[in-house]
Amino acid sequence: MKKFLLSLLALILFISPTLAIDVIKLATTTSTDNSGLLAKLLPPFESRYGARVDVIAVGTGKAIKLGENGDVDVVLVHARTAEDKFVANGFGINRRDVMYNDFVILGPQNDPAGVRSAKTAAEALEKIATKKAVFISRGDDSGTDKKEKELWQAANITPSGSWYNAVGQGMGATMQIANEKQSYTLADRATYLAYMNKIDSKIVFAGEDSLFNPYGVIAVNPARHKKSNYMGAMALIAWLTSVDGQKIIKDFQINSQPLFIPVAIK
Amino acid sequence: MNYISQSAAKAFELIASFDPDVYFIVWTSIKLATTSALLATLAGVPLGLFLAIKNIKGKRIIATLLNTLMAVPTVVVGLLVYSFLTRQALLGSWGLLFTPSAIIIGQFILACPIITAMVFSTAQGNNKHILKTAYGLGANHYQAIKTLLWEIKTPLLAALMAGFGRVIGEVGISMILGGNIYRVTRTMTTAIALETSKGEFSLALALGFVLLLIALTINGCVQYFSYQAEK
Repeated sequence: MKKFLLSLLALILFISPTLAIDVIKLATTTSTDNSGLLAKLLPPFESRYGARVDVIAVGTGKAIKLGENGDVDVVLVHARTAEDKFVANGFGINRRDVMYNDFVILGPQNDPAGVRSAKTAAEALEKIATKKAVFISRGDDSGTDKKEKELWQAANITPSGSWYNAVGQGMGATMQIANEKQSYTLADRATYLAYMNKIDSKIVFAGEDSLFNPYGVIAVNPARHKKSNYMGAMALIAWLTSVDGQKIIKDFQINSQPLFIPVAIK
Repeated sequence: MNYISQSAAKAFELIASFDPDVYFIVWTSIKLATTSALLATLAGVPLGLFLAIKNIKGKRIIATLLNTLMAVPTVVVGLLVYSFLTRQALLGSWGLLFTPSAIIIGQFILACPIITAMVFSTAQGNNKHILKTAYGLGANHYQAIKTLLWEIKTPLLAALMAGFGRVIGEVGISMILGGNIYRVTRTMTTAIALETSKGEFSLALALGFVLLLIALTINGCVQYFSYQAEK
């Protein structure tokens, strides 16, 4: 019995995470993770600093909540209004611009609502709503979801009814649902490019100022959460906005199309 | 259909070529589930024995309660533990959320009722006479319990296996408490959910296949031990 207990104790010790290396908890959006950017961007940082970045990929809303609660050390998100509020309320400090891309409206090849002829994003959504063409919404308070709500508001439409489906899932899953159901959705360009070869949905509207999609990185305020890994967070922010980090972002392409445009160094 | 068969072929390739990602994820799942199941056994066996041996009132209510707990959805366990572990909460200063330890806590809570219930029913059913005989032969309390434990060792193993089987296949706790962190808290089930959402079916299928194999092994073991116990 004693032997058993000892071996059990050994097992538990063996399993508990090593504390020797610096662990930085990063809450970020599904777009940066699902697109494969972080898999390129983080390993060089980790080996250079002997640190480990634990990525928790959730929607922007959830990521900011995790930051507010002090469950993570740093957030990389895309919803400027929510980010500013996060900083203004004292939860986050040292916000830096990292990169940007844009949102696109995806739809089936045959475009039943005729969105391709729309002049503005608001008009595009109007066409979808009038036709009651099926629209798949993230519905998860993510950056993309916030942007979508903003666009509906700009079009003076309160989307509801059986044609409007909020699925509450990440960008990748949402695009796949839209693809399977031959319906419309709003996506960020990076995740779309990463999924382009797996789905039949096409870009039916893009290229308007209102679809601009900037990403910011913010450290969790150590004055608010004393146990947060502030040094680690700042090292990561420095890396993302460094010449080397920005170059990795710039060189990250799929089908020779860039997913994100670096913007930290102007 | 072609796409699926291609993914399946790639899945077997991943398993056969000992793909490091696949095996790391499998290993993470197994070590977390093993730890939780062993800890749950450690707590569940004494608890089950206590309930079975002691003459306490309301045994039926306790049995009902245990059965209810056995059916609690994993996401509810995840949610409850989350609300204790987030930094704002009671145990927040421990910094356990999104670590393997958090998953172990959740899985422990999931497995405990199953193991307790199984030990309870075994010890309750046909083993009172073992204690009586042991006392009759002049054993002290400690020796009597030891004899009982030895006599019911096969159902105990079956209980451990059942606990393991319950936690290895759960996804709610691992996702909510672990956060699906690559190479840290990504288990077979959370990886399957993620890879499916990414449209990468091969890795998901490979892991699904391993998971099925484990389930088969576990159930085979439980069947075997139960059969041994009945003999």
